[in-house]
Amino acid sequence: MELLSGGEILIRALHDAGVKHLWGYPGGAVLHIYDALFRQDDVKHILMRHEQAAVHAADAYARATGEVGATLVTSGPGATNAITGIATAYMDSIPIVVVSGQVPQEKIGEDAFQETDMIGVSRPVVKHSFLVKNPADIAETIAKAFYIASSGRPGPVVVDIPKDVTDPNTKVPYHFPDKIKIRSYQPSVRGHAGQIKRAVNLLVSAKRPVIYAGGGVVLGNASAQLIELAKKLNYPVTNTLMGLGGFPGTDKQFLGMLGMHGTFEANTAMHHADVILAIGARFDDRVTNSVDKFCPSAKIIHIDVDPSSISKTVQVDIPIVGPCQSVLNDMIALLGGIKDKPDESAIADWWLQIGGWRERYGLYTKPRYEPSDGKLIKPQDAVKALYKVTEGNAYITSDVGQHQMFAAQYYLFDKPRQWFNSGGLGTMGYGLPAAMGVQMARPGAQVACITGEGSIQMCIQELSACTQHQLPVKIIILNNQALGMVKQWQDMQYGSRYSHVLYEDSLPDFVKLAEAYGHIGLRVNHLDELESGLEECFSHKDRVVILDINVDQYEHVYPMLIAPGSMRDMWLNKTERT
Amino acid sequence: MKRIISVLLENQSGSLSRVVGLFSQRGYNIDSLTVAPTEDATLSRLTLTTHCDDVITQQLTKQLNKLVDVVKVLDLTDGAHIERELMLLKVRASGAAREEIKRCVDIFRGQIVDVGPTTYVVQLAGNSSKLDSFIEALGDAIILEVVRTGVSGIVRGEKSLKL
Repeated sequence: MELLSGGEILIRALHDAGVKHLWGYPGGAVLHIYDALFRQDDVKHILMRHEQAAVHAADAYARATGEVGATLVTSGPGATNAITGIATAYMDSIPIVVVSGQVPQEKIGEDAFQETDMIGVSRPVVKHSFLVKNPADIAETIAKAFYIASSGRPGPVVVDIPKDVTDPNTKVPYHFPDKIKIRSYQPSVRGHAGQIKRAVNLLVSAKRPVIYAGGGVVLGNASAQLIELAKKLNYPVTNTLMGLGGFPGTDKQFLGMLGMHGTFEANTAMHHADVILAIGARFDDRVTNSVDKFCPSAKIIHIDVDPSSISKTVQVDIPIVGPCQSVLNDMIALLGGIKDKPDESAIADWWLQIGGWRERYGLYTKPRYEPSDGKLIKPQDAVKALYKVTEGNAYITSDVGQHQMFAAQYYLFDKPRQWFNSGGLGTMGYGLPAAMGVQMARPGAQVACITGEGSIQMCIQELSACTQHQLPVKIIILNNQALGMVKQWQDMQYGSRYSHVLYEDSLPDFVKLAEAYGHIGLRVNHLDELESGLEECFSHKDRVVILDINVDQYEHVYPMLIAPGSMRDMWLNKTERT
Repeated sequence: MKRIISVLLENQSGSLSRVVGLFSQRGYNIDSLTVAPTEDATLSRLTLTTHCDDVITQQLTKQLNKLVDVVKVLDLTDGAHIERELMLLKVRASGAAREEIKRCVDIFRGQIVDVGPTTYVVQLAGNSSKLDSFIEALGDAIILEVVRTGVSGIVRGEKSLKL
């Protein structure tokens, strides 16, 4: 058997686990590993400019491909910098493996240089973690880490490796296990047949049904099944922020996103529904508004691979623990076999009612924001123009804030794994490194990061890594000269006292900034330049372009759920509410 | 209500901190916690007691089960079970009180396991309320130190918590 050092074993094991791209940043505790990386060509390392960005990029790479993303960071500050990225992946259930260096075992606990208890620090934000104490354990640990990260409800796994374990002078036999079995970890692979039958019976008896589909549909590759089921039943579908693209955004059965900034029709339909089929969604507080007023007349079916997601906040009537894809397949098969069919006239009435809501306040029947004066660019118009110029085909990442909500509302995603954002943790700074991860996974594709002038500055250093690794992402800044979402809340709840959301003329010149990094910078100030600006931006296929769009500084995101309240309680614009 | 939850856990470094961390992370309270290896050295048996309603208990057991190192979880309070706790007390024992304490220990079926010129160490096992009663019977005035192990529990009858 071949003898390898711990560092060599790690890289070999990552390769055997399917890693093609490793996002990382070197340092003292991982020097042996980086030397092993240098001496091989199987795993391509992408040097980032900050560990947080390295994790975000691996996370987005995982979201884009469905594979496990991989990151390598050093001990101490390398590890702690990675935490925000890990927490982001944890909240959105993204499969990544983060390998962190650690000080040598004999130094652990001595407050050694760049020592941090990574297992301890990361514990609340990982699915699992390992401390490797012996080079002979590395390969199996990596195999386990990838298995845990990608199975069941996916999530981040940390593998902490003390420096002595990767010592080039200690060589041990290499063996990568073909199969992993962990006696204490057996994720569900199939839904309970009896529960599925009960669910199907309830579903066909519905008169005002809504299918509420979340990120689990995207992560569980169940989009085709969701579409098939929804088409068979002719039931309306709404997606969560994480689920966008799981059901085609342009489909007539699609109600738009639900929740805090969901559409009027989606939220109102949820409130009036008699049966809700929740698929891979977790009744997040940004969806439900007040839990005690949530969907008062609905019987709820909940499909989720994670039992702890079920009845966590909202008590459900028919829980089904299992992967979305297999459960939906079972439901579709059952639907064909049973006598009962959906009540077509009730469903037709329901669609009529939904049509009325759409007509009244729907985001897609007519513009619901004050139109531009012909000069000023509305952020909504910017996203719509982006949609038009990219023909709805671009991969879109976003940061966090108003721009994120406008992107979610106005870029209609027709495919799963087309939309990337930090939905759970709400991490500003996610957008640019995420775009890099997506671009690496989809070479040649149009990848755009919709961001704000606030968020982009949280990971802007990666403009340099874009150059080095030839990742020609397009950065669309909806520049409203303020931390817009916070400012919106200050408008609505704090008497427009703009506490520390303005920059007082300190913003950088994003055009010059782009140029300083060797990229192209463009600026658009007027509505009539918007489309041509976007077209020019995307005409530079092999270049990074920052398009700085000056947008209306006073725009708010609507609809907006009113807390405390039910899902039908919404602000529709600055003056009107339901 | 009071819950006694038994957990079979991989006996690995860091496993216990994941369980304990879960409680603080999700805002659950632990009243007592005992942990030790089982007859199978790769497994630890952990018993914890907590006060919570049915909804929280359900969520708590689900969250415990979700931890990769947790092999099995059982809520002992769901069925017939035995709970035991061991307590060691150091009490001031001088003069007439020495006899009085001895009698009280006998009544509670405890044992005096150390005798000093002015102190006793008393050992007492039983369920938590029996231990509470004993402390009450002795009175705070003479108790110098109390050490309790926390509750251990086991299901009555055929059912058992193992691999």
